[in-house]
Amino acid sequence: MPTIAEAAAEEARAILHRLPNRHSSSIPLLYLAWKTCAWLTPAALEEIAALTGLSPATVEGIAGFYTMFPLHPRGKYHIEICDNISCYINGAPDLKNHLRNKLGIEFGQTTSDGRFTLDHVECLGNCCEAPCMQINGKEYGRLTVQKINEILDSLD
Amino acid sequence: MAASETRVLLKDLDLTGPRDLDSYRRMGGYQGLAKCLRQFTPDRVIDEVKQSGLRGRGGAGFPTGVKWGFVPKTSPKPKYLVCNADEGEPGTCKDRVLMQYNPHSVIEGCLIAAYAIAAHHAFIYIRGEFSEIAEILERAVQEAYRAHLAGTNILGTQYSCEIIVYRGAGAYICGEESGLLTSLEGKRGNPRNKPPFPAVEGLYRAPTVVNNVETLACLPSIMRNGAAWYASLGTEKSKGTKLVPVSGHVRKPGVYEIELGKITLREIIADLARGVREGHTIKAVIPGGSSSPILSADQLDVPFDYESVAAAGSMLGSGAIVVLDNTVDMVEFALRLAKFYAHESCGQCTPCREGTRWLVEILNAIHEGRGHPDDLETIQKLFETELTSICLLWSAVVMPVRALIEKFPEEFRTAIARGTPDFSRMGQPGSPVSVLAE
Repeated sequence: MPTIAEAAAEEARAILHRLPNRHSSSIPLLYLAWKTCAWLTPAALEEIAALTGLSPATVEGIAGFYTMFPLHPRGKYHIEICDNISCYINGAPDLKNHLRNKLGIEFGQTTSDGRFTLDHVECLGNCCEAPCMQINGKEYGRLTVQKINEILDSLD
Repeated sequence: MAASETRVLLKDLDLTGPRDLDSYRRMGGYQGLAKCLRQFTPDRVIDEVKQSGLRGRGGAGFPTGVKWGFVPKTSPKPKYLVCNADEGEPGTCKDRVLMQYNPHSVIEGCLIAAYAIAAHHAFIYIRGEFSEIAEILERAVQEAYRAHLAGTNILGTQYSCEIIVYRGAGAYICGEESGLLTSLEGKRGNPRNKPPFPAVEGLYRAPTVVNNVETLACLPSIMRNGAAWYASLGTEKSKGTKLVPVSGHVRKPGVYEIELGKITLREIIADLARGVREGHTIKAVIPGGSSSPILSADQLDVPFDYESVAAAGSMLGSGAIVVLDNTVDMVEFALRLAKFYAHESCGQCTPCREGTRWLVEILNAIHEGRGHPDDLETIQKLFETELTSICLLWSAVVMPVRALIEKFPEEFRTAIARGTPDFSRMGQPGSPVSVLAE
């Protein structure tokens, strides 16, 4: 696994240079480590600690606080379905069950072939398109069972 | 006659893609900023905004110009302007429309506000889940830099300001302004005690103003057209227009823009969002985001402005309307709300960390038919701790759940009477956590 310094030294320097305070770089650097290492490995967290001057425990605490950061490897496609109020009353619970059955995994799990990780998330801020989900950050709204099937089938 | 929208922020907006810099400027964009930088002192800008009557659109409704006035002018520290783009209050999806389709209106607003408080750094803190929108904003910021609308000597004047788009990473609490600032400092987003307020001690302990996206996006047209023009819209105390995302059980969910106080909640739902689904009736309506107390179907003739919605016992909040039809089970709905807040509590303060989890445990037991006859009383006792935490997150769940129980007591009592009380459940270690993990 390449280190941040090896894989994205320029980007890391740009982040540290752009922000008025070194500690503020922690979250942008966690994003960078996520991009370069696919997940936040203990080595990456150590490296961010060294770059920002924060302690490794502090960096780990930050990474754990924000739900988007992967502290374990995820599947190729990360499915995040919202079931907060607007989605909930528009059928999200049934869609969650459908996803669970279709993929044969529980929420928080990854399929054995490593293709899909299934998570449910709190409000995605896309309530007028409820029920909605994201796959690897891309938004999908007005979901139905059929639409979910079509979306999953269209992924390679 | 059917009520209609009044579009200022959404005027002529093409909802297929972001408006680029050229078309934004053709429509008068950056003229407000030019006027500020070339003709007005920072104090004059603050006065204009005070006179416009603009109030914070994030939820609190505090007068924007007054907030800016709290920044100490004599402080030797740098000042910071922060745009709160951590839109996460369930039901709320209005700021995203501005950032997605008219990003320069947000950027121009940031620059006007930054100039007014003598800040040379403006941060746009955008929630992590809006990754596609963050890219749109980032591109617009680069456009602004290339056109000398950001960076050093903006529009050839002496004024300089850096604009930095900073992505959050999934934490509702970072929408609370002090939580946002600790997050921007690169830490866990734990809110801080107030006072000191951010205007005095904010980002890096320096004077900071945090304004919502929609608030900032109002500034270009206020500066271009004048405070009197803006103040002519709306009511005596609620000036201007407001974005209202309408979601839930309506036929035409969407983000609408209305003149404050000139349209009722019922008209917004019936005329703009086309009412509830065929064969259904409205049961209740959340008028201002998930934290605002729910209104029952007979309270909907209230004019949509800060004072009227408050007088009806709720709050305008973020203006996000969620419509619930007659199919919704209120116990289940209260449980869903409580789970959200329990998940998002940062855990610093005992009443909130423990209270949200106890609330989930009790509501879950009632929902599953394991309720106690004294459960509602226990919940009321729990609610007595409402204002004992650093921030208002605990209060943000107490308010709507209290209203649900007050407005629909029979549903809770029936659910409790229906089941068999489970006296072994109270205080079982780990049980609330197991419910949350579902």
